[in-house]
Amino acid sequence: MTISIRNLEKVYKLGTEKGKALEVRALDGVSLDIQKNEYVAIMGTSGSGKSTLMNILGCLDKPTGGQYTLNGIPVHTMSSAALARVRNEQIGFVFQSFELLSKQTALKNVTLPMVYSRKHWIGARKRAKTALERVGLGNRMHHRPNQLSGGQKQRVAVARALVNEPSILLADEPTGNLDSTTTIEIIALFKELHDEGQTIIVVTHEEEVAGQAKRIVRLRDGKVMSDFPTDQDPIHQEFLKSKAVTAVRMAEVVGEGAT
Amino acid sequence: MILLSPVMMVLRVLSQTVLLALAQIYNNKIRTMLTTLGIVVAVGSIILVMGALSGMQQGVLSEFEKFGAKRVFMDGALPPSWRGKLSRRDVQLKQAEIDAIREHVTSLRHLCAMYYGAYSIQYEEIVLEGISVVGIEPSWHDIANREIIVGRRFSTIDLEQSRNVCVINEKAIEELNLPKDAVGEFLLLSGRRFLVAGIVETIEQSAIFGNSDTQTEVYIPISTAKALNPDGWINFAQGELKDADGADEIVSEITYVLRKMRHIEPDEDDTFQVQVMQEIIDNLNKIGFVMTLITGLVVMVSLLVGGIGIMNIMLVSVSERTREIGLRKAMGAHPMVILMQFLVEAVVLCLAGAVIGIAVGQAGLLGIRALPFEMLEDAAAPLWAIGLSAGLSAAAGVGFGMFPAIRAALLNPIDALRHE
Repeated sequence: MTISIRNLEKVYKLGTEKGKALEVRALDGVSLDIQKNEYVAIMGTSGSGKSTLMNILGCLDKPTGGQYTLNGIPVHTMSSAALARVRNEQIGFVFQSFELLSKQTALKNVTLPMVYSRKHWIGARKRAKTALERVGLGNRMHHRPNQLSGGQKQRVAVARALVNEPSILLADEPTGNLDSTTTIEIIALFKELHDEGQTIIVVTHEEEVAGQAKRIVRLRDGKVMSDFPTDQDPIHQEFLKSKAVTAVRMAEVVGEGAT
Repeated sequence: MILLSPVMMVLRVLSQTVLLALAQIYNNKIRTMLTTLGIVVAVGSIILVMGALSGMQQGVLSEFEKFGAKRVFMDGALPPSWRGKLSRRDVQLKQAEIDAIREHVTSLRHLCAMYYGAYSIQYEEIVLEGISVVGIEPSWHDIANREIIVGRRFSTIDLEQSRNVCVINEKAIEELNLPKDAVGEFLLLSGRRFLVAGIVETIEQSAIFGNSDTQTEVYIPISTAKALNPDGWINFAQGELKDADGADEIVSEITYVLRKMRHIEPDEDDTFQVQVMQEIIDNLNKIGFVMTLITGLVVMVSLLVGGIGIMNIMLVSVSERTREIGLRKAMGAHPMVILMQFLVEAVVLCLAGAVIGIAVGQAGLLGIRALPFEMLEDAAAPLWAIGLSAGLSAAAGVGFGMFPAIRAALLNPIDALRHE
């Protein structure tokens, strides 16, 4: 089992008002298991707790209650400094706004996680090259981010996330800053990676993106609202239906326009 | 390999952070220049002031060292407690006292009484008035360390027989228009004929003792000098120690002999003084050290100000690169590594300032050497000052970079990544 979460809680204390403690329960007893080689989408509106969950899953934040076990490591008991190593070895992040170092080449950006790695610093450059070739950017290695398109930037970010061979690829709105064509590109890349055995968790509010995952976990008010395989998820099925209807309607409109 | 890997990791992170810091500096050239100005000024002034100071100290010391550190001087002195009881003449050294010292103070290699007079010197048509004529003993040749160019040294026979012979310097040949090989010529000294027995080299007089021009010098046997002027006295005696280290003992031995001969009671002051060159040099060195220390402290204040400038810019840098820090932390950078990165950057900044400051200081020293002051001719920054200023700058980098670096290390990665 890759990820095991039990009764996870995250409470933010906002101070006190009239003697009563003001607090926000961002996560209120979430339990979740994610197996190796799963492809899971985590969905929810803003304020649902999905960002908090993703921060805790990514070991960027610590829960205020409950257990989180990652590959058998009880992560919830670890210090922030120890979590740094877990992030380095277990987690590959892909962010909405890419977060590439603007003054460094694609190759240097991909090398970054290995700078902090204990295992992979030998042959780091070679590994970075292989990772860039894997995402189809073998010919863009020495370009800086401002010389790359949005889709290419996100590919660099994916290469960077994969270079330390993490057990989880954790993507936070990976297509949020991309147009529809490049969104399809990135989603296709994720699918390929999953087919090769990579465990992927993607946090998104786009049904299109979530639809590529094999399982959709929906959060509301800090709790798991639903957890279905994608082809059984009622909301997603509803979305696909309405999309098909829209497509038919569009075809009619276009067809009418043509005649 | 497993044992080595933490060490290698530190080295790798260090080299990476140094490269990163250099890139950061390169990308913010103007800002870096303005920031490091404080350090540049501080280090530049350390180099300049220390260079000038040590140059002056060297200059003064070399004046003293011309005499040699083993040189010992003694002469009569009239302390306040003896005034009214003794006259200046009474306290001057007597030949018997000199001989007694020579006999009893065995670690004194040479000793020579000096008997000064001023006479007119004539050779053929040329008359020079008021020339310093010094009565000496043959041991003078061993102490003064002046080469006989032609002719011979004084002998004990010259002394015993009070011969009218003299040793002159090269300058005298020039000023009296003597033939090049003047040995064998006769000079008229206060109306008496003196045979020129030898010629010594002219040495440069020391600038700090007043007479910077070289002049005619005439030396005659001390017995002859006394015969010429029976009312004169031994102005001082100079000797040479076998070993400069035993200076204190020799001084007390000489003091013992003189006090005994002069029947000075234990509670009475010396009526003479004995000084070893080494002691004077040591004292000068002490003064130089204290001056260096005081100036150093003043200059440290400017380094402090420069360091605050560095801290300021590092705080700006941390806040500018908050997202980058967040990213690095998400990628698994240990807080210590982030701390190192910013610390190294501060140190590199300071060292860059130090390098420029050293260059500026050295250029300033070139300028100072060009100034028409003899004392500053040897102005040069000592190596320790260069090392010290670079070290202090690095320390300032660590000291003032620590706060911003800790700030960066403690950033929460989530907040940092969300930072605009």
